[in-house]
Amino acid sequence: MDAMEKPKYDGSLIGKRIPKMDAPEKASGKTRYIHDIDLPGQLHAKILRSSEVHARIVAIDTGAARALPGVHAVITAADVPWQRPIGVAKDHLPLKGDRVRSPRDEIAAVAAESEDIAAAAVKLIKVEYEPLPIVATAEDSLKPGAALLHGEDLIVTGPDGKREVVHKASHDNVAMTFNYGQGDIPNGEAESVVVVEDVFRLHYVTHCCMGVSGVIAEFDASENLLLYSNTQVPFLHKREFAELLGMDPGRIRIIQPPIGGGFGSKLDIYPFEPIAIYLAKITHRPVKLIFSREEEFMASPTRQPVLLKMRSGCRSDGRLTFRDVETVHDNGAYTSWGATTPFVMMQTISSLYRVPNCNYRTRAIYTNNPYAGSFRGYGNLQATFAVEAHMDKLAEAIGMDPLEFRLINAQDPGEVTPQGMHFKSCGFKDCLQTAASRSDYQAKFSAARGKWNDGNPVKRGVGMASMLHVGGGAKIYPSDGCGTIIKMDDFAHITLITGASEIGQGSETVLAQLACEELGLPLSAVTVVNNDTDVKPWDVGVHASRTTFIAGNSALGAARKAKAKILAAAASKFGRPAERLDLREGCVIDKATGEKLIEIGKLIRSLHFSDKAELVMTTFYYEPPSHKQDKEFRGDVSAAYAWATQVVEIEVDTETGIVKLLKVIGAHDVGRVLNRLGIEGQIEGGVVMGQGYALTEDLIVENGVIRNPNFRDYKLVTAPEIPEIDVSFIETMDGEGPQGAKGVGEAPAICVAAAVANAIYNATGVRITALPFTPENVYRALHSNSQPPTWIAAA
Amino acid sequence: MSPKIDVAFKLNGVDVRTTVSPGMSALEMLRDELHLTGTKYGCGEGECGACTINVDGLSANACLMFAADCHGREIVTIEGLVSDPRTEALKKSFVAYGAVQCGFCTPGFVMQARNLLEKVRSPTPEQIRRGIEGNLCRCTGYKKIVEAISEAAAASS
Repeated sequence: MDAMEKPKYDGSLIGKRIPKMDAPEKASGKTRYIHDIDLPGQLHAKILRSSEVHARIVAIDTGAARALPGVHAVITAADVPWQRPIGVAKDHLPLKGDRVRSPRDEIAAVAAESEDIAAAAVKLIKVEYEPLPIVATAEDSLKPGAALLHGEDLIVTGPDGKREVVHKASHDNVAMTFNYGQGDIPNGEAESVVVVEDVFRLHYVTHCCMGVSGVIAEFDASENLLLYSNTQVPFLHKREFAELLGMDPGRIRIIQPPIGGGFGSKLDIYPFEPIAIYLAKITHRPVKLIFSREEEFMASPTRQPVLLKMRSGCRSDGRLTFRDVETVHDNGAYTSWGATTPFVMMQTISSLYRVPNCNYRTRAIYTNNPYAGSFRGYGNLQATFAVEAHMDKLAEAIGMDPLEFRLINAQDPGEVTPQGMHFKSCGFKDCLQTAASRSDYQAKFSAARGKWNDGNPVKRGVGMASMLHVGGGAKIYPSDGCGTIIKMDDFAHITLITGASEIGQGSETVLAQLACEELGLPLSAVTVVNNDTDVKPWDVGVHASRTTFIAGNSALGAARKAKAKILAAAASKFGRPAERLDLREGCVIDKATGEKLIEIGKLIRSLHFSDKAELVMTTFYYEPPSHKQDKEFRGDVSAAYAWATQVVEIEVDTETGIVKLLKVIGAHDVGRVLNRLGIEGQIEGGVVMGQGYALTEDLIVENGVIRNPNFRDYKLVTAPEIPEIDVSFIETMDGEGPQGAKGVGEAPAICVAAAVANAIYNATGVRITALPFTPENVYRALHSNSQPPTWIAAA
Repeated sequence: MSPKIDVAFKLNGVDVRTTVSPGMSALEMLRDELHLTGTKYGCGEGECGACTINVDGLSANACLMFAADCHGREIVTIEGLVSDPRTEALKKSFVAYGAVQCGFCTPGFVMQARNLLEKVRSPTPEQIRRGIEGNLCRCTGYKKIVEAISEAAAASS
């Protein structure tokens, strides 16, 4: 034993700076992402996408491609008549047979000996098109006489030859609608001394995960499907793939290799996944399909453009009276999760601040554009942009300090909003005051306003914005739960098998911390298993900032059961009541005396090697005490809610339109900090993602075609541009959260653009209501060389 | 049949020979022919830095270099730096300072940071930010990467 390395105990692990457990592998290049995995006998797949934006497919000729040496299979829709529709509205088939609605549309696919051969074969496929009118914007799409994107029934033919309508013809281009109301808008207006109204235009951006999309599909000799997948929702996808393929879900196993970034992009099934599966089925070989970066830009999801009209009012004492909002979302050609972002937007619109009368109507509109998915923040960046602009405008209109105005309307702990959200822990006012005082917001705000006309072309300004987001899961499925299995070995090493998925956010480390804290073990005593649906228990997936809260409570529950089992065994062995015992530093101790009774490993060995052989292996399933919303969108959908305020300091060069983000001062109600290093990383990364949304990123789509599908023209923030970041944590110790913690993953990205917009106004006196704040857009706005967005005329 | 080219070069201190096609990039050769997957494909256009390697002592994007051009050169990848003190210091500080999240860009950053520290022993934060401006990271917001490189510089100088 002495030759072995002894574990180090550092007391409590909670709140410490704990390095990410998988970081050494990643930093040394040893981590095998899906791109790095090759299976014996594997074929490589490539997809032929449409060269047209909107067209009927007249003919497809795959003869030359099939004849190319090294090609194992070429498939079109005709080869898989049994394919079934995918997506949230089940409105498209993986392979398009008669019509394309976007340049991303998949027409054929090749499996070949190498990527080069597959790519060469794809070029040999000839497609004859008959062009259809292009619906380029949501506004065009709503005009009378606009071409209908889904004006025909979508029909599939089952394996038995039976034809089935899987998506009904639609008589307009409206993909989805949401209507929410509380109170009475005319009453609110009547009480208002000031009413403001604006139209906001939010732009297209995309995830830009550094690891491009990919999948490997393989069938075994018994026709069981093994998928290596980057999915964020493996258990939901098992079920969906089973429906797509007419398989028993129990015969599908999903392995998630380490994922090169998610941010919501991997919440849906996209056509390339079933296509790889079809090819694996047809060729009886493992099939690997990896995107190029250009393909990643073209065929992975987006944060959708939103046109948002908002009217708001307040009383002379600063209290909000009403908010009336209508939005139109560019849904793109098909329906994915992007269409449901209003679920989140309405929370911000109705409940970030107390607003007694509120109305929210929204439509997601089909166009020939890239289709909208879920993206970190899920509509909240767009909603917050508008709400926070109006908070500043209303404050100014009644001559009130913007911080004071927000404090008057901010939610308090205990509040139940008209939408039914119950804010059990709520540090919103602390967030506002902390961010304001640490940034010296009020003084800087007043100083900047005094310099609008000082003749200096370079202006400085401060802007403030806050956010509300789910922080305790989101009950949008019947269950929002997660399972954990803890297996302890003879040396008190634990295997923590969690349903949760890891996309880089650090869940494995936080879950290990929570279990170790409970079991008195060091982190080195834990292996986390989180990537195989045949091994791990069910979990709804990594989304909605839920993993620390939900999977954390689940891991804690399993650890508590293991602890109880160990203490019961120790109690009987040492003849002391279990309540007197505890686990600390790898030992069972007597709480009263601090005496170390036995090493946990030794105790477990004595259990294993006795005639009453027993394992310390526990399971726990955590389901949060939240509720699905009713048909009117009312309900306490999360077990906890996260809050944050960010103040930004910017510099605007009025002669060039360049906006520099100098500093971001954030205060985040995170419940409790579990891993300080990890949570700082989430916030800094989110802030810079928000900076990209505000200042540099812009997916340029013209007539359905993406004009900048590369990192040269789609500008991500680089290291020299990052702001100074100052983060304060408001620890409200949520009663339901694991060790008091709440979710944080999406929060930091939400406020930045809204705060920058307010800062540009503070610096220049010009309110810009359209994103992004690129030099050209800002210059034009400052020099009255552009029109502010207007509402849709025909609608 | 497409023509093939024989190349011979030093890879991570070892003489290697392989046969490549004219259009193949050094990145494809390293990953697909030589099975060194620590060098990542992020964009294939020299914009993201995930494929950063060292060629004759200089930082290079493996995706922009033809495999055939490796002939006669000395190539170093992340896998070849397991006993390089500067790289070890960098890896350690990347871990300790939280500079790794999804990790896909990390080997490229480590390679680029090593190159920077070879040229500038004690860079200022501004020099570090400039030194890694060709590498993209979508997770961390770069702050912790800059801190990690600063710390590694202090530790190894």
